[in-house]
Amino acid sequence: MSDKVIYVKNLVKKFGNFTANDNLSFEVYAGEIFGFLGANGAGKTTAIRILSGLSKPTSGEVNIAGFDAYRETEKIKKNIGYMCQKFSLYEDLTVRENIILYGGIYGMTKSLIRERLSELLAKLRFQEYENRMISALPLGLRQKLAFSVAVLHEPKIVFLDEPTGGVDPITRRQFWESIYETASRGITVFVTTHYMDEAEYCDRISIMNEGKIVALDTPEKLKKQYDADSIEEVFIKIARP
Amino acid sequence: MKRFLGFVKKEFLHIFRDYRTLIILFGIPAAQILIFGYAVSTDLKNAGVAILDLSHDEITLRLTDKLMSSGFFKRTETLLNYSDIDQVFKKGNTKAVIIFEDDFGKNLVNENVAHLSIIADGSEPNIATLVTNYATAIVNDFTVEFAGPQLINIVRISPEVKMFYNPNLKSHFMFVPGVVTLILILICALMTSVTITREKEFGTMEVLLVSPLRPVQIILGKVMPYFLLSFLNVLLILALSWLVFGLPVKGSLLLLLVECMLYILMSLTLGILISTVSDNMQQAIFISLIGLMLPTVLLSGFIFPIENMPKIYDYVSSILPPRYFIVIIKNIMIKGTGIMYIWKETLILIIMTFIFVGLSVRNFKIRLE
Amino acid sequence: MTKAIESIGIAKTFGPVKALENISFSVNESEIFGFIGPDGSGKTTLFRIITTLLLPDEGIMKVLGMNSTTDYKELRKNIGYMPGRFSLYQDLSVEENLNFYATVFGTTVKENYELISDIYSHIEPFKKRLAGKLSGGMKQKLALSCALIHKPRLLVLDEPTTGVDAVSRSEFWDLLGKLRQHNITIIVSTPYMDEAIRCDRVALIQNGKILSIDTPQKIREGFSRKLFTVKSAEKYKLIKTLRNNSDIMTAFPFGDSIHITLLNDKSVNSLSDYLRGKGITDAVISEAEPGIEDRFLELMEKGSTA
Repeated sequence: MSDKVIYVKNLVKKFGNFTANDNLSFEVYAGEIFGFLGANGAGKTTAIRILSGLSKPTSGEVNIAGFDAYRETEKIKKNIGYMCQKFSLYEDLTVRENIILYGGIYGMTKSLIRERLSELLAKLRFQEYENRMISALPLGLRQKLAFSVAVLHEPKIVFLDEPTGGVDPITRRQFWESIYETASRGITVFVTTHYMDEAEYCDRISIMNEGKIVALDTPEKLKKQYDADSIEEVFIKIARP
Repeated sequence: MKRFLGFVKKEFLHIFRDYRTLIILFGIPAAQILIFGYAVSTDLKNAGVAILDLSHDEITLRLTDKLMSSGFFKRTETLLNYSDIDQVFKKGNTKAVIIFEDDFGKNLVNENVAHLSIIADGSEPNIATLVTNYATAIVNDFTVEFAGPQLINIVRISPEVKMFYNPNLKSHFMFVPGVVTLILILICALMTSVTITREKEFGTMEVLLVSPLRPVQIILGKVMPYFLLSFLNVLLILALSWLVFGLPVKGSLLLLLVECMLYILMSLTLGILISTVSDNMQQAIFISLIGLMLPTVLLSGFIFPIENMPKIYDYVSSILPPRYFIVIIKNIMIKGTGIMYIWKETLILIIMTFIFVGLSVRNFKIRLE
Repeated sequence: MTKAIESIGIAKTFGPVKALENISFSVNESEIFGFIGPDGSGKTTLFRIITTLLLPDEGIMKVLGMNSTTDYKELRKNIGYMPGRFSLYQDLSVEENLNFYATVFGTTVKENYELISDIYSHIEPFKKRLAGKLSGGMKQKLALSCALIHKPRLLVLDEPTTGVDAVSRSEFWDLLGKLRQHNITIIVSTPYMDEAIRCDRVALIQNGKILSIDTPQKIREGFSRKLFTVKSAEKYKLIKTLRNNSDIMTAFPFGDSIHITLLNDKSVNSLSDYLRGKGITDAVISEAEPGIEDRFLELMEKGSTA
């Protein structure tokens, strides 16, 4: 059985009287693509912030890449990658400058950064964009680049928060192919999305509703369980039973 | 360490690529040096002085001559009697009146003592102090010259110094009106400029534009509540000045309130104008606060007298509304003048308001570009 | 039947970027017309021209029989606009927002209440709540109510479902469908391909150009080849293997399967042998009906190689 890279047991997060995460329990394994779905306000963002070491749980066990989420948040941050929809790269820096910056932040050596930089440019076929400002790139390219930067340091887990919002269908699919490729290298991908068809690309998905996890399984098994043709149908059947 | 340096390098790149930040970083200190260097002058130059010569003899003429040729003063008027004094101060050009007593010369020669009065405009304590000090020094100098080394201990011209309007030379007589001027324009311009750019930022402006509301209705609709609230604000400020500082309103309270409301209206419309050239709240705040604050504090005559600045600052200052309002408010509160002495400044403020409204309506884009 | 919208040769440039190029289309009265395309395709720019907020650089835009450039004052009274991000006043309550828009358009909430009653009933229990505190789905419904409150002849909705969860999206389209009976023309933009079927007609838009306009059904039928689906538990391996096969023209992941087109349709027969040879033994291959997204991808590929 592969390693458990994420181990969550009875996670609770409260803000005052409001319980954003209500007793969440799940595990995610190395190299898995795990889809984290749910309506806005269901508690997804709160949970992701805890898993990525940005905030501490109120109670419960949370272990990320072998590190404890209460005491070892700095170690967690060193071993994960993070990409969110709103912001990923600095708009007034060039492609090259962003990569060198993040490489430095991740603590990579200069030679390693240089190596990965040329690998990345070649793989994405970005060579002509090396010295272009991020603000001059179209959205699809930006998102692809942001993802590559998030895994530049080959972390154990990468968290993607709605990475393909608004992007054209071809680029979306190319993006998911890079996700596949990344997962095949043993990096766990933890992704949230509003595109229901993307849920099917995942190995397993969980659906959150009002702070609780109401479903967790492979897409195929969930469709069978709810007698649905698509994850969208599953979603609707869960939300409006 | 490498991590840290990488981060520092990024910060440098951000700064250099944002030309606005660069302007703040280098432009503002440079501007301040220039302004402070020139505008802020505590030397006296060409201060207006009126002479009330009750004696009109050779000695008074010589002393007057000495005063006027010193470079510190320039002669504004020749007065004929005491009742002219109030009026000449109200006009604003004269900072001090020098009164020679009857038979000045005769008294000095025969009795070795003569009296003169230096009456200064107390509503501007800074200048008043300078004027009286310089004038007194020149008078003493003259006394020494006149007496010669032998008689120096005997001959005396005693200048009696008095402050008109502000007998105790309280500095808050200058300070409070100035602060009122500053605060009103900053807050009013800030409020209206922010409320419009906020709609632009949140996207609600788009929907307003596509509605039947006309630009002038949107503008007036934005100004109206702030206008009413500012009126209450003014009452509060005046009440505080009176209770805490003992600052009276010597002239007509009604006139003062009307002028305040005019100034507020002008400031609110200035804020609207600022919003038409700002894309977002940050820009609007920057222009309203930083853009207006420094010129108002330094160049409006609030603290540093305009008369002491090089001509160029005088021209710059003449487009600043606070310059005119300071004159108005001081005149009413401290000198107790009526509309007759401030009609020019009032008219200028009215014209400015119309200009701002006109420009705003013209600039107000009925479309998104 | 007069056209609700007639666009002829519309073009718009921002600096070096051609946001819209030669956009020509027409929308019939009482139609639900969708603009489907990703971010940056020009949808918002086009909608702003239709709602008179932007002037086109070229071309003519006729809305409700009026010219959008010259007759904007009259037009603005007859359009209900819901821009992206919903633009509600966050610090006013649900009720206050609705009343404000009603008043600005010279009407009252009561007057046209039956028009919005279906929609508003979802949020009425929260009418005192500040708009900023509503969930995405509720904001969407409130913004729609505010756009409809003056009974406009044309409803313009710019990405009303973006960022909202799947359930609310579905409910929203149900509500739009019900509006048809009031003879309101509706134009909607969305990046979600699956919402295209909810429209009467659809325009596919990409990079400022229209790729195709027709009913959703006809667009699907426009797919020029045969479409096959291939399923396997090892998704990544499957797609890599398929890509390496020279018989395969296109291969795109689509949820739980890969949609492929072949250079020669007959080669599908040898495909499962090929896959078995590469170590994929559980492949299930079947012919499939192309969907709108398949057609969109086809048109996009054509557009980029053209």
